[in-house]
Formats: sequence, C-alpha cells, structure tokens
Amino acid sequence: MSNGAHITVKTYLTVFVILLGLTALTTGVAFIDLGGGLNNFAALTIATVKALLVVLYFMHARTSDRFTWVIAAAGIFWLLLLLGGTLDDAITRNQLPGELQLTP
Amino acid sequence: MNGAPQVHYLNVDYGIRSWLFTTDHKRIAWLYLLSVTLFFFFGGFFATLIRLELMTPQGDLVQAETYNKFFTMHGVTMVFFFLIPSIPAVLGNFLVPMMVGARDLAFPRLNLASWYIFILGGLFTLASAAAGGVDTGWTFYTPYSSIYSNSHVALTVVGVFVTGFSSILTGLNFVVTIHKMRAPGLTWFRLPLFIWAIYATSIIFILGTPVIAITLLLVGLERVFNLGFFDPARGGDPVLFQHLFWFYSHPAVYIMVLPAMGVESELVTAFARRRVFGYSFVAFSSLAIAVIGFLVWGHHMFVAGQSVHAGLIFSLLSFLVAIPSAIKVFNWTATLHRGSISYDAPMLYALGFIGLFTIGGLTGLFLASIGVDVHVHDTYFVIAHFHYIMVGGSVMAYLGGIHFWWPKMTGRTYPEPVARVAALIVFLGFNLTFFPQFVLGYLGMPRRYHAYPPEFQALNVMSSAGASILAVGYVLPLIYLIWSLRYGRVAGRNPWGARGLEWQTPSPPPTHNFDVTPRVVAEAYAYDKEPEETYEFGSPSRA
Repeated sequence: MSNGAHITVKTYLTVFVILLGLTALTTGVAFIDLGGGLNNFAALTIATVKALLVVLYFMHARTSDRFTWVIAAAGIFWLLLLLGGTLDDAITRNQLPGELQLTP
Repeated sequence: MNGAPQVHYLNVDYGIRSWLFTTDHKRIAWLYLLSVTLFFFFGGFFATLIRLELMTPQGDLVQAETYNKFFTMHGVTMVFFFLIPSIPAVLGNFLVPMMVGARDLAFPRLNLASWYIFILGGLFTLASAAAGGVDTGWTFYTPYSSIYSNSHVALTVVGVFVTGFSSILTGLNFVVTIHKMRAPGLTWFRLPLFIWAIYATSIIFILGTPVIAITLLLVGLERVFNLGFFDPARGGDPVLFQHLFWFYSHPAVYIMVLPAMGVESELVTAFARRRVFGYSFVAFSSLAIAVIGFLVWGHHMFVAGQSVHAGLIFSLLSFLVAIPSAIKVFNWTATLHRGSISYDAPMLYALGFIGLFTIGGLTGLFLASIGVDVHVHDTYFVIAHFHYIMVGGSVMAYLGGIHFWWPKMTGRTYPEPVARVAALIVFLGFNLTFFPQFVLGYLGMPRRYHAYPPEFQALNVMSSAGASILAVGYVLPLIYLIWSLRYGRVAGRNPWGARGLEWQTPSPPPTHNFDVTPRVVAEAYAYDKEPEETYEFGSPSRA
C-alpha cells in the first residue's frame, strides 16, 4: 500500500534510537514515585508514543494511502471497543442499577 | 463456451503432487472440501456418542469425565474445523475469483499455505483426541482450563491457535481480491451478495481471530508457566478470559452464518428467478452484522459475574444485531414473492434455512433479554438456539451451496430426486433433534451433564431419534455426490440458468477461469436480461 515514498535508513536508525531512549525513559520513570497513578499514566503515554512511531515508520503508515489509514484506524477502534467493554464491566462490577452500592 | 473445455482445472494435471502443490484456488477449495468433510464426520461421531449417552437418564454408556471429552471434541471440531472454514474456505475459495471475474485469488501461494496451516492445527487437535482428549468444553473457560483440568488442553489450544492463522490469511486474501481484482465494470453494487457476505466475514477473520489467538496463548502460558492472568488466587480475573474469548467467539458466530446468508441470497434469487429485493440493504446488512457483532460479546456473561451495568448495555446491543439479520430474512421472503419458484434441492435447503434461521434468531432474542437468560442460561435452550443457527442455518446453507455449485465444480449434475429426499430428511431430522431441546432447556435440563432426571427422557429419546435421521440425511449426499462424479449427467455451462458471472464460464472451469476477461455491464441478478446483456466477453484475457 506504500505510495512509493521511501523512508531512508537514516530515518529508521533515528526512530530506533528514539525507541531505545523511550524504553530507557520508561524504566527510569518506574523508579520515581510520581504519585496519584501518574506512573501508570506516564508509562502508558510513552508506550503509546512508541507504538505510534512503530506504526508510522516501521509499518510505513506515514507514507501509505488513505485506505491503509482507515484500516489502521479500524484496528485501533476495535481495540478500544474491547478495552471499553471490558473496563465498563470491571469498573461497575460491584454496582447494581440505581444507587445501591455493594461492598467489594 | 457451452460444453466442458477439453482441458480444465481437474484434468490439467494428475497425481497427488499436482494437488498438494497446487496454487489454483479451485483445487485448494477441493482440499478444504475433503478436509472439512472429514472433520464434520469426526465431530459428528462425538455428537452420535453424546446422543447415545442421553438416550437414558442414567450415565450408563460412559462416565462423566469421558462425556465431558465427548462434547468438548464435538464442539472444538465442529466450530473451529468445520463451521468456520466450511463456506468461506470451500465455496469462498472456489467462487470468489470467478464471481469477481479474476483468474485466481490475489495471493495463490498464501492460499495454499493457509490450507497447510489449517491442516497443521487440525493435526494438533486430532493428536489431543488420540492422546485422551480434552474436557474443558470448546469454550476453554478458566481457571479450569488453565489450572485444574487434567486433560490435553495445551495440545488442543495450540491446534486452535495455529488454525486461526489460516483464517486470518484466508480473510486477507479475500479482502485484497475483492478490492483489487474485480473485472472491468464490476462495481461494488454489481457484486453478488455472496461476495459482500464473504467480504464482511473476512473483516471479522482479520480483526477478531488475533484476539482468540492471544487469549488461548495466555491460557497456555498460565497453564505451562503457572502465571496468573485468569486465576483469582494470584490476582487474575477469570471473567477477563470470558471477555477476551467472547470478543472473538461471538463474532465467530457471524463468521459461521454470514457466508451462509451470502449463499442464501444466491440460491433464493436463482430459484425464484428474480432480482434480490433490496440489494443494497442486504449488502449493507452484512457489514452491519459484522460491525455490531463485535459489540455484543457480553451477553454470554450475564450470569458469569459481569456487572449488571455492562449486562444492560450488552443486552441492548444484542437486540440491535437482530435488525440487520431481520432485514435479510424479510428481503429474501420479499424476493420469493411473485417469483417463479422451482423446488430443486438447493432451494429446499434455502427455504429450510429461512425458517430455521428465523427460529434460531428469534430464540436468540430470548437469550439477549437478561431476565429470560437468567432462567435458561446453560440449559438445553441455549444448545437448541445455537444449533438452529449453526446447523439449521450454516450447515443447511452449506449443503444448499454445495448442491447448487456442484455442477460448476465437477461438470456433473447430482441425481435430483434423491437430493430432494435427502434435503427433506435433513430438515425433518434436524427439527426432531433440536426442537425438543428448547423444551428440555425451558424445563430446566442443564447442558453438559451425562445424566438427567427421568422426566426428561421422552424428549431426549425424541432428540436422539432425530439425530439418527439427521445422520442419514448427511450420509446420503456424501454417497450420491461421490456417485455423480462418475455417473452424473454432464452439466453444461449453466444448468440452473443463473445469472452470476461464475455460470458464464464452462463447467468445470478452465484453470484460469475465463478464456477472455469478462466486462460486466449489469448487476449479478439481472434475471430480466439475458446473460449476454449482462456480460461481454470481447477483450483478450489479462496476463
């Protein structure tokens, strides 16, 4: 699906180094207590950036046509469906309809 | 183009190597046909044992543990190795390139690889059966499957995992072929509805199958390396497994029934000799089913510890999926209205499909309603419901499709009177087998038990008697279709007078399907036109 625009070896190497750097950052952040669930937020944000880099450069999404973008977006949409449905259950598992709250 | 070509895909080469190394989509369809037929009778063997055991209230044929293995092997084999590949891999492989006017699928070697992957997965599963079987049920619910079961869970899980890749690659092949290889003039809204259905199915293959793969991998990892994904004792969540499992396995129901709906559209139009009523609605309803089908998985977990809030949402969404299904049923019925109907065997299967699928679909609404589901959950009502969809729907359509396209696949016709009798036997046997199970379930007989209270015996005997009739209905086509390979009347190019592109090429087709590339100037159901007005065979064939 690539439209023929080339990604150079230099770009690949740069992205690779950035990915390594972000991995180091993830590891480093894990040793610092940011508090308030911010550690999870930081780790997931870094992971998202890394995934984005892989999709854009290593999987050539950046130089692909719009149809490939639609397919990639569909994959993310499906993932969100799965996460959303599962989280909805996990978060509300101890609740009954109405105001009644059960203790865990 | 009227008679059989001197050289066609069946006689172009002989010998086992020419089949095992073929990249011709039509030959690969035959490889799948033989394989899934073997798996069908293998799964049917376990169904027979189940029905034999349930003839009497006592567990007198086998012990409970063995019975658990029977229904597991039946389920695993039928779902993963027959129903899922049957219509897409057999009829889809044979027909998709011909229906879109192409010489083969987009990736012929990948297509052959898909079959080998399928067989490899099947061998793992057969090996687990030979080694003593697996007893978790086809759903592999944790933590029983990942911790407590003493049966061959890992082998079976690997088999299903491997087979999943066959589905993904087949889906990929179909999507690319349908997008990129349509004949000149074959716009999306001139495509046969079978293609729309296969396209929707392929999307589920590609997007859903990786989820079951990773889920089963997690079960394997928990079992082998003692990790705690699903074990609550180690912080895991057994309901998470069910979320992941059903996120694939409910859409998998649509993998099994969407292609059947595609076959149904072809049969109803060909034997009513009418343009399908509401083409675009039927086409888009396939896509709607594929998309909404991904949103309903939680209805399998209403009583499994899932939150009531999630249950309410999934209940609503499950009711929604009935709408596109109903659109199809109403449109097929409307197509029949004032049609010039002939009751050949494929049409008998098609009519059977409409009735049985409707019963299966409507009882699905019972189960989508939380209040009723609490009452009938894990009872024979559920068994009856999904067999009405899977057997009454998918298997009926598969048999109808095999009969319909048999002359194209083999160049021979089957004996029509016997085939009509077989279709009626299947219909009667099916209803006698599964209708009593609705009653049994509503009265409270749970699924997956080898013994039951004596008051349920009469209905169980009816069910087992029906199963024996159904078996006759399945063996008959096996016999006369094989017979027809040698003794059947020569079919000619278009014995049904159908309008689809696949009928415009000789039977059996030449290796590259069309001697000249067709140009399509009308839709696939132009029964008000002659085929010559729908297709032009003027330009030279593409290389």
